[in-house]
Amino acid sequence: MSFTLDQIHTFTWLIPLPPLLAFALIVLFTNRSKLLSHTVAIGLMGVSWVLSWIVFFNSLGVHDFGHGIDIFGIKFDWLPFGNAATGTTPLTMGTLVDPLTGIMLFFVSLACLLIFIYSVGYSNYGKAADSHDQPGTPPHGVEPLYSRFFAYLSLFAFGMLLLVVADNLLLLFVGWEIMGLCSFLLIGFWHARDYPDPKQITPRRAAVKAFMTTRVGDMFMLLGIVYLYAQAGTLNFRDILHDPSVLLKLATTPSVITGLMVSHVVGLLLFAGTIGKSAQFPLHVWLPDAMEGPTPVSAMIHAATMVSAGVYAMIRMFPLLSAGWEHGHPLTPPMLAMAAIGTFTALFAATIAVAQSDIKKVLAYSTISQLGFMIASLGVGAYVAAAFHLMTHAFFKALLFLGSGSVIHGVEHGHRHAAHGAHGEHAAAAPVFDPQNMFNMGGLAKKMPITYWTFLIGGLALSGFPFITAGFWSKDAILGGAAEGGQWFVFFGLAAAALLTAFYTMRQIILTFHGAPRTAAAEHATERDSIFVPMLIALVVLAFFAVTAGWVGIPESFPVLGGLLPNWFHEYLGGTLIEHPPAEAFLPIALWTSLIVALGGLLLGWLAYRHYRKDAVDPVQRLLGPMFGVLRDKYYFDEVYETVLVRPAYWLSETFASVWLDKGLIDGTLHLIGRASMRLGQVFRDYFDLPVVNGSGDLVGNSVNRFGRAFRIIQTGKVQQYLLIVMAIVVVLGAVLLLPGLGR
Amino acid sequence: MVPLSWYLALAAALFCVGVYGVLARKNAVAILMSIELMLNAVNINLVAFWHYLTPQVPSGQMFTMIVLTVAASEAAVGLALIISIYRRRNTVIAEEIDLMKW
Amino acid sequence: MTSNQIIFLITAAATLGAALYVVTARNLVHAALALIATFFGVAIIFVLLQAGFLAAAQVVLYIGAIAILIIFAIMLTRRVMQDTGPQTNRIWGVAAGLSLITFSALLASFRLVPSLQQVTPAAQPSADQVIKSLGFAFVDPNQYLLPFELASVLLLIALIGSIVIAADRK
Repeated sequence: MSFTLDQIHTFTWLIPLPPLLAFALIVLFTNRSKLLSHTVAIGLMGVSWVLSWIVFFNSLGVHDFGHGIDIFGIKFDWLPFGNAATGTTPLTMGTLVDPLTGIMLFFVSLACLLIFIYSVGYSNYGKAADSHDQPGTPPHGVEPLYSRFFAYLSLFAFGMLLLVVADNLLLLFVGWEIMGLCSFLLIGFWHARDYPDPKQITPRRAAVKAFMTTRVGDMFMLLGIVYLYAQAGTLNFRDILHDPSVLLKLATTPSVITGLMVSHVVGLLLFAGTIGKSAQFPLHVWLPDAMEGPTPVSAMIHAATMVSAGVYAMIRMFPLLSAGWEHGHPLTPPMLAMAAIGTFTALFAATIAVAQSDIKKVLAYSTISQLGFMIASLGVGAYVAAAFHLMTHAFFKALLFLGSGSVIHGVEHGHRHAAHGAHGEHAAAAPVFDPQNMFNMGGLAKKMPITYWTFLIGGLALSGFPFITAGFWSKDAILGGAAEGGQWFVFFGLAAAALLTAFYTMRQIILTFHGAPRTAAAEHATERDSIFVPMLIALVVLAFFAVTAGWVGIPESFPVLGGLLPNWFHEYLGGTLIEHPPAEAFLPIALWTSLIVALGGLLLGWLAYRHYRKDAVDPVQRLLGPMFGVLRDKYYFDEVYETVLVRPAYWLSETFASVWLDKGLIDGTLHLIGRASMRLGQVFRDYFDLPVVNGSGDLVGNSVNRFGRAFRIIQTGKVQQYLLIVMAIVVVLGAVLLLPGLGR
Repeated sequence: MVPLSWYLALAAALFCVGVYGVLARKNAVAILMSIELMLNAVNINLVAFWHYLTPQVPSGQMFTMIVLTVAASEAAVGLALIISIYRRRNTVIAEEIDLMKW
Repeated sequence: MTSNQIIFLITAAATLGAALYVVTARNLVHAALALIATFFGVAIIFVLLQAGFLAAAQVVLYIGAIAILIIFAIMLTRRVMQDTGPQTNRIWGVAAGLSLITFSALLASFRLVPSLQQVTPAAQPSADQVIKSLGFAFVDPNQYLLPFELASVLLLIALIGSIVIAADRK
């Protein structure tokens, strides 16, 4: 079915809207009916997915799509700030679909849709409501807050799609913040859940932690956006990224920080936002604790959408970040920062993942590590490789997370059956059982086969298993880019991280699926239940893409296989930049390194764990000794942050601001003024009002009284005295009148 | 001849004696008698002036007659009052009739 | 000193003396009799001033009516007043001083009018003439008829009034 260009342009801004509509409908109307809620959510998400794929596939038909010229999208004036005299343009809003957006639309919409479908099963739809279930805690029966979950997921999808199609940094930031909100809502979805161990973080606190940590990054990002707007007069991608003169101007204008140009400062500030959102060091602390949310949320946030948004923003702003850089020249400061932090994070997170026992925590640190790969790749200028890895990572990480969710459900199932079957007692009598602990699993390959095979595919993709998995091709592209640029520090750092990645992935797979079941729960685990159907569907589809997605990006210069399929990905995505990036040269060292670390890591893992028995010491722990504890406790970063940052912040707000400033100073001043006014009033009353005002009134009355009393003595009632006075006055008057005349 | 001023002096003296009597006597009837003295002094004045200045017109005498008449009626009423007061309050001492005071 | 003057002086002295006795007598009846003497002296003065009708009226009215009335009043109010003891009240000193001051002031005021020293009275009409003109004056509407009538009404009022006031309300 073909569409006109106008229709395509319209579709670009229609894409984010169906999930928003779903959110509104569920919240306002359908939240009582679970069936209606998930139908609305999945249906409208499906509409979005269809529109996204229509736009994407139409873009494939455009010859030489991109280069800032042939792109889809709309643009309209929003705020009339434009002033011809100062050269600023009106603030515009709109959409932009270029090759990068096309790729994002392709996998984001698909991943979101699959996660929605998966959530139907994960929330135990079809099961009866369990009377023991408290809303806000993980349920045994159907999830009590079912509709709310789908509403939040829809809002999340809206935020992500908005961010993807945005054509300016402001709209991107709006989508960014919407996702921040949704991550808070969804991580803390089971808000009433509490743990007996006070050290263990509850979902509520994890949600606040996620929000606050990303907020730190967002603040710097906003500063970057504002500074960019001040310097460039516009935030529109078309005007900044596709215009070489603007980029040149930004790269050569000195900024407020000596030694750095404007584009460097803006780039560093924007990168700070990504450090927060994509959980790079030092703002990585929120992501592992975000595992407190339900597993579809973890998949959504940490694989398909939110953390990818951070990397997407960096890929989008790459022309600005690399303004003034040429291949072979020294890296610009933002790129240097990205390379350094990305590499360090990749290695750092991988070391922690090796010592984790929770199935989801391993995947969380793995995500942090893989994001580090992508950031480092951008840092050395391997633009296409970074985008490639972003896409493949979305597929296999989502697959792994959803698979872990399926495993957790299966083990819980088994736990309940074991408890009822063996003892027939209430679960409350049994000790607390953690269904997410890998050391409580084992032998699930036979009990949950579909889950096992899809998880295996995802794990192999993550490790970079050669040729048949997508992860291999994308990781190889990254290592190749690092080697080509001569950035050996990055190269060896990422290689080491890849080795550890393969190792801990194999460790995870063996502990979870192989060997003999180590607990009764694992013994009775199963995936034969109606709730697993939607979950398994999603897993299978994702597994397909985890395998095939890599085949669109095989470099042409690759021996034997290169040239069989054109490097479509490179051709297509290269259109995002103004100048097409050069094709990657084939470097044998990169290929050999990829093969060695991937296969070597898998082999090491297999050797270490294949004989693992129940209650034995973890081989890694035996190897590392005391260092194991440091790794397991994440290098104590959380504790350090807590002491250095969090507690002083609380003190500042609770004690300093609230008690000393607000109650003491401000309220104190007000009270003082109040009391002083009262006293002043009293003084006025006592010293002026009563004596002067009342006094004068009383004085008049009293003096009249006294005068009257004094004068009334005259009235004696005795006539002769009256007459006497009359005579006296007559005499006086006569004298006065006559005396002058007597002089004559 | 007798100068006019002698007559006037006589009238003045008589008047002043009457004034003294009005102011200084206790008995109300005595006060009334003193008032008659004052009126007589006035009469003397009037007639003296008539005689010395305008004897051809009867106005002087006429005036004196009127004064005389008025004095008579006033004495009658005054004495009636005194008798009435005497009946009520059993006193004729002017100082003791002092109800109209504060 | 002509004979007129001497007669005048003697009469004046007698009148004044009687008047003084009126205001100082302890016994009220004596005071009333002295009053009669004073009236008589005034009548003689009137004669000296050639106002014969007035002298006669003075005697008849004052002595014959008013003085008698006063004596009656004294009689009727006699019981409560002692004839012994001082007859003056507290302010008699002030009154005396005042009357002396008044007298001297009046005397001093004579000096204001020089014509008072004139000795010669104006031309005197005959006694008949005086009486006649006076009589005509009483009843002539152009002269003094109205005061005459009003005086009559006043007398009537006084008559009725004093009867009403002094009537015994038993």
